[in-house]
Amino acid sequence: MRKDGTFIAVAVEDGAAADAELARKLTEACPVDIFAQGAGGELEIVQDNLDECVLCRLCLDASPPNTLSVIKLYDGDAVLA
Amino acid sequence: MRFFEYEAREVVKRAGIPVTDYGFTTDAAEAREIAQRIDGPTVIKSQVLSGGRMKAGGVKFADTPEEAESHAREILQLEIAGHMPRGVLVDPKAEVEQEYYAGVVWDGIRKQPVMIFSPVGGIDIEQVAEEQPEKVGRRHFSNILPLSDFEAKEVIAATGVTGSALNKLVPIVKRLAQLFVENDMVLAEINPLGRLADGSFVALDAHMDIENEARGRHKKLLADLGVGDEETRQAREATPFELAGEEVDSQDHRGVAGNVTEFDGNLGLVIGAGGGSLTLFDAVRAHGGKPANYCEIGGNPSVSKTCGLAKLVLQKPGVEQIAVMMSIVSNTRVDIVARGVIKACLELGHDPGEKIAIFRIPGAWEEEGFKILEKYGVDYADRSVSLNEAARRAVEKIGGASA
Repeated sequence: MRKDGTFIAVAVEDGAAADAELARKLTEACPVDIFAQGAGGELEIVQDNLDECVLCRLCLDASPPNTLSVIKLYDGDAVLA
Repeated sequence: MRFFEYEAREVVKRAGIPVTDYGFTTDAAEAREIAQRIDGPTVIKSQVLSGGRMKAGGVKFADTPEEAESHAREILQLEIAGHMPRGVLVDPKAEVEQEYYAGVVWDGIRKQPVMIFSPVGGIDIEQVAEEQPEKVGRRHFSNILPLSDFEAKEVIAATGVTGSALNKLVPIVKRLAQLFVENDMVLAEINPLGRLADGSFVALDAHMDIENEARGRHKKLLADLGVGDEETRQAREATPFELAGEEVDSQDHRGVAGNVTEFDGNLGLVIGAGGGSLTLFDAVRAHGGKPANYCEIGGNPSVSKTCGLAKLVLQKPGVEQIAVMMSIVSNTRVDIVARGVIKACLELGHDPGEKIAIFRIPGAWEEEGFKILEKYGVDYADRSVSLNEAARRAVEKIGGASA
């Protein structure tokens, strides 16, 4: 699953996106509400909030390695790692 | 925040400066009672926060209490410059031998108050200064050190006033200067200050303006005068553009992107940072630019909030370009502001590189901010470019630069 804003994109592996516990963690961690939980507990990316990303890396810290990427669309698609 | 005349008179009276035996009322019948108490000819004056009362019919003379009531009734229903009166002031019609002027204003350049005195009162002091400059005395004084009589005396004597009048005027001017400092005022003016037949002086009208930010320090005075916390007393009602700015600022709690004031120029401003807004606004004007607005951003507003403000400014009729400028920021992120203003351009179908005359915000996260600006072809400046130079470049770009 990937969603693009104007400046920031977020990609999450489909398998990880279905993980309700990860969705809960990400929803709690993100200070600008980019993540939410769907009715079934699955992860949702809130399109309207993508460009509010402050590059804090809290979502990366909350996720298993290589399951989530934050992409800077203004910087040659540089991936926050 | 400006005071109504009846409030300013009360401040003057409390400072020990003689005033006439006036009365304030919101009721025409009570105006008659006041006139009866005065027991002589009266002047009925509309209490509005705008000039031109006499021309607008807001000042009338009455020979009897009945006439005072009739005038008060008319004046209470008379709108002047878009303002309905707060009430009327019923004042004895003093037999004045000469009208003087006494005032204190804050000199923002010297950062000191200045006493101004003239033996030519009853008209605008600016007119006296232009036509009879020798009749205007001025003197700066400390707002920290105690004020001496000789400082007031020097200002008055400089205009040719001598003898008994000089001696009687010194305490009046000194008290006016003291009340100015004690009440954190930016203007305290008695005009006219009348000399009566017996040689005594009396304040016949007063204008006062207290520093808005100092209101909290003068709660007792304001409460005594009946000034409510909700009273902003702005010179005019907020325009729809300004109200929309308030709406943008209130949309979320993050940072500030508001305090918008509307002007009629072609250069939109998205400016801020610890006094930076005022500095930048002045700099734009000093270079011959015509700001379309004043505003304040700071405290790290969100992208959406910055975007909302920039969109508001960009959509204002007559705005050709915007200048995004702040002093060096530590608590606002450069990249977040850059995203906000660029997004505003994109959402309105503009090319950010053309619509943003200059982006001059150095500071926190500037490397990321500059990458964003480069991608969208926006002309930006780092901290090596002064606020003044950034303003000059913006004005030059929009075609309004002075030499």
